[in-house]
Amino acid sequence: MSQTNRLNTGGRIDRSRVVTFTFDGKSYSGFAGDTLASALLANGVRLVGRSFKYHRPRGIVTAGAEEPNALIQLGVGARTEPNTRATQIEIYDGLVSESQNRWPSLTFDIGAINSLIHRFIPAGFYYKTFMWPAKAWLFYEKFIRNAAGLGKGPTAPDPDRYDKLYHTCDVLVVGAGPAGLAAALAAGRTGARVVLADEQSELGGSLLSESSATVNGQAASAWIADALRELGALHDVKLLPRTTAFAYYDHNAMSLVERLTDHLGPTDGKPRQRLWRIRAKKIILATGAIERPLVYLDNDRPGCMTVSAVRTYVNRYGVMPGRRVVLMTNNDSAYRVALDLANAGVTVPVIVDLRAEVTGPLAKAVREKGIEILAGHAIAKVHGEQGVKEVEVARLSDDGKSVTGSARRISCDCVGTSGGWQPTVHLHSQTRSKVKWDDALNGFVPGDTIPGQNFVSIGGAHGVFDLAACLTEGHVAGTTGALEAGNGGNAGSAPTADAAAEEQPQRPLWIVPGEKPVGQGGKHFIDYQNDVTAGDVMLAHREGYRSVEHLKRYTTMGMATDQGKTSNVNALAIMAGLRNVDIPSVGITTYRPPYTPVTFGVFAGRDKEDFLEPIRKTPMHVWHEDHGAKFEPVGQWHRAWYYPKPGESMHDAVNREVKAVRTSVGIVDASTLGKIDVQGPDAAWFLDMVYTNAWSKLGVGKCRYGFMCGEDGMVFDDGVTSRIAENHFHMTTTTGGAPRVMAWLEEWHQCEWPDKKVYFTSVTEQWAVIAIGGPMARKLLGEVCTDIPLDDASFPHLSFKEGTVAGVPARVFRITFTGDLSYEINVPPSYGLHVWRAFMQAGEKYGITPYGTEGLHVLRAEKGYVIVGQDTDGTVTPQDLGMDWIVSKAKPDFIGRRSMLRSDTKRPDRKHLVGLLTEDPKVVVPDGAQIVEHLKDRPPMTMLGHVTSSYWSPNMERSIAMGLVKNGRNRMGQTLYACWENNRVKMKVTEPKFFDPEGARVNG
Amino acid sequence: MVEAYQRRSALAHFGLNALASQKADGAGITLGESAHRAIINIRGDAKDPAFTAAVKNATGCDLPAAANTVATAGDVRILWLGPDEWWVVGTDARRAGLIDGLRSAFAGQHTNVTDVSESRTVITMTGPAARDVLARGISLDLHPRAFGPGQCAQTSLSRTNVLLHQTDNAPSYEIYVLKSFADYLWRWIGLIAEDFGMAVKAE
Repeated sequence: MSQTNRLNTGGRIDRSRVVTFTFDGKSYSGFAGDTLASALLANGVRLVGRSFKYHRPRGIVTAGAEEPNALIQLGVGARTEPNTRATQIEIYDGLVSESQNRWPSLTFDIGAINSLIHRFIPAGFYYKTFMWPAKAWLFYEKFIRNAAGLGKGPTAPDPDRYDKLYHTCDVLVVGAGPAGLAAALAAGRTGARVVLADEQSELGGSLLSESSATVNGQAASAWIADALRELGALHDVKLLPRTTAFAYYDHNAMSLVERLTDHLGPTDGKPRQRLWRIRAKKIILATGAIERPLVYLDNDRPGCMTVSAVRTYVNRYGVMPGRRVVLMTNNDSAYRVALDLANAGVTVPVIVDLRAEVTGPLAKAVREKGIEILAGHAIAKVHGEQGVKEVEVARLSDDGKSVTGSARRISCDCVGTSGGWQPTVHLHSQTRSKVKWDDALNGFVPGDTIPGQNFVSIGGAHGVFDLAACLTEGHVAGTTGALEAGNGGNAGSAPTADAAAEEQPQRPLWIVPGEKPVGQGGKHFIDYQNDVTAGDVMLAHREGYRSVEHLKRYTTMGMATDQGKTSNVNALAIMAGLRNVDIPSVGITTYRPPYTPVTFGVFAGRDKEDFLEPIRKTPMHVWHEDHGAKFEPVGQWHRAWYYPKPGESMHDAVNREVKAVRTSVGIVDASTLGKIDVQGPDAAWFLDMVYTNAWSKLGVGKCRYGFMCGEDGMVFDDGVTSRIAENHFHMTTTTGGAPRVMAWLEEWHQCEWPDKKVYFTSVTEQWAVIAIGGPMARKLLGEVCTDIPLDDASFPHLSFKEGTVAGVPARVFRITFTGDLSYEINVPPSYGLHVWRAFMQAGEKYGITPYGTEGLHVLRAEKGYVIVGQDTDGTVTPQDLGMDWIVSKAKPDFIGRRSMLRSDTKRPDRKHLVGLLTEDPKVVVPDGAQIVEHLKDRPPMTMLGHVTSSYWSPNMERSIAMGLVKNGRNRMGQTLYACWENNRVKMKVTEPKFFDPEGARVNG
Repeated sequence: MVEAYQRRSALAHFGLNALASQKADGAGITLGESAHRAIINIRGDAKDPAFTAAVKNATGCDLPAAANTVATAGDVRILWLGPDEWWVVGTDARRAGLIDGLRSAFAGQHTNVTDVSESRTVITMTGPAARDVLARGISLDLHPRAFGPGQCAQTSLSRTNVLLHQTDNAPSYEIYVLKSFADYLWRWIGLIAEDFGMAVKAE
């Protein structure tokens, strides 16, 4: 019969809905509302995994996000997910789960040999053993990596869909326990915009595990239902169950992940998870607290868990975590649980209390139930390799450092322990707000809030556990938060509960002594997930790793997916004891996001494949697509790269395109060029300052090429700028540099010369640009444009005219980037395609050839025209490029001038741009090949520079290249070597001009 | 002069009229393109009464002084872009008249008039799910208490620079976007709208 450990009544599960799932290939059933952990326990499954290092058999320790042990490989195929916590997985029909870190099976695991040789693999073992000699790590690493890690990642792409969005609210409440619910109710009633998020499937927090608590005089469960009904009816309140607030960023921004369908199993079509990026005016952290297990001998036997986990399984899930449950505690919380167990019919043979004396109403009630209390005692040993069978209980010495007398053996199948509570301060701490030690609580509580963030911690999250106090705090925080955000509505009255009976103080005993001294037989585990024991902390102390950060890295304590939720304070306290200092002096490690692991998919959302990055398209893009263009990304633009005809290789296509420009006419889409409209009486003055050459005297209707340099005198952009009117210029920039140039102009105007009367407006997309070039360009333009005289005298090189092209108003610039007679026709983009087609149609008889960016680059390289960013790299002056003529000697100042006067900038042997011709004209060296004068057998060799541009030139019928070479201009005619990989190619240094060096062709 | 049919909007390749004829019951948003608007960038000193008067004279519309607001007069509206920068938006037919009117009204002042009409198109979005769709790509708070009709903002929508203008409480929005990004942005909205249902408005 399945579900042998399910109670007949009780719990919040839906007994009418049986759910079937598998664990390690075996089929089990549970009820809707179960977690995988509660369902496994209901079926009497205690052994759920093997530990990371020693492969020790492990069971379920907790009932929540803090679970260090029960890490499960969930799902199959592309959807498989490692290291999921069984305590947080809601079961659904067909769920497939497997244990991790065992081979060949969970009960018989070869790796468990590590447990036998544990003496030889103590903390720091890897650091000590595999780091010398340093080189050998590369050899060791592949074996160690293979043995490391728990679950297995999927190998196929994630088939699921993820959603993400931004949200803004007045009050964000994290945690829907009593404090959080009360806060949300108060804030919501005022009319505030509220988000209430909780990582669990049901809102209610700790109240869901309560058996007898009452709020407003009614059962807690009834109050929760009323509260949720009321919140649900408030229009501006959003309830987010199954949502983990995992990261708290600056300016009160919180990231949360909502699990939409994980509890339903794989669902096609709907988003699986949703990332919420919420900015809230006020954040209320009602994240509760996590119970610390006690550190006792062999405390990792399956069946050992926290007292609060026992309580949750019994009360919330109607599951007996064992038939006979021994409890050990240093505080009062075990007593309430003992009563719940007794009421559920579970035998509690004994409560072992570390405190010498136990008094008070709870103890009295427990004794009345016939449960024995052993005060001043400890569990000295746990028996049962694959599950608890028996404990040995012995009397504690007065100082609590050892046990005395003969041990009493008590048979049991579950041990619940409580070492007190640690407030869940993770989100508080992520803001870099400090935590402080609380002596009464024996835990860290939130300290002052760091300036710039606006949040408050309430309830268990700041060490307040009394229900009535939590409700009041929640109400106050909700009301205040809403008011601060500008909502002064009526928050109603605070929910009430009976004040709890006073509790007896706890006894901090960070190591519960066992039958043998710590580290000498058996293990006192602190961090289950990383197999860190009290002995390891002692070893770290002996070896000098005593600060918290050293302790963490030396022992790996607090690392991995649970981030030490159950273990940090125990480890710190033990170290404090060894160092004989108080706990705060040891310090605490930094909490970092995420609180619990978050899948990569939800961060990506829809930002993948075609939507990874915006794609910018020109007005003629559809034509390029229709004509088989291959595209090249240039920034976010997709530019036509080349247009292969059927059967053509890229090489063939580019050669054909390049030849066509030199022999008849080519057409290229240049719309992506940056364009900036510069207007104002100081426009010419401003250009004089940002360009190296002179602009004031440029005639209206004329164009000029210019370099912009940084203050360092290095070229950072180039382009042709034209004078439209006396105080009006049309500036062009490189495609990729447009936003940078715009920002540059604004920066200088706004910060340095705000009194200058000039305005800049980006007009990059106000114009579609079609460039036609080649011997037939003038003739072709004359057929498509009839109102502009095109003869050299009327329309010379480097000038512009306004007119009508294909019936469309246009600005026509006679400028060239190919060296041939060329016109750049600027038309409104809505007519771009029309004008392009008009040229294609009229040009057909001339064999008009569309060419792409690759052809353009070859053409300009034949002429030795540079591309900023390819032939320059931010360390190149105009002089280095051999373009001294473009730097004004007459202007009193311009940006970069002062740096050009520096001795290093004027040095004659800087790297210069030169032409490089291979000895064998058929060889095209790759861009980036290193230039070397004196070859050696192997590197290192003295490198003089590198090849910046290299192409096959169909017009020269040979390869051509340019490069930056040290002292290059003084090496004309010299033979150097281009080196890449195993290739060594002789190249001759030449002028960087290959085709039409006298520049006759611009005249057609 | 060129025939009007040769003029193409930035989203013409999607064939919006054909899409508009498809059934889309219960669509959370209706998407359309308002192409070929006059968009004129003006610069000037909002504190200079001569400048504000000139704007009013040329457009019939007051210059909005408050940040991120829109003033409307007849078929002309003025959108606040920055402390010294606005867009005058009108129909295509009014483009030349507005530009000439502004230039002559500004004569003698240090101001600026730049036609940017052709650089942008406008994607219109209306429907009960409009805020849900925009929340997937805009980090601004668009809750009715924070952003309503008559307000505008320059922001990033799925990494695309846009100017967002809310026109009514449906809610309806006009999204001004550079034409080169329009294809991407339309497809992105379509992708997000899978969860909300989308109808297309005819041109």
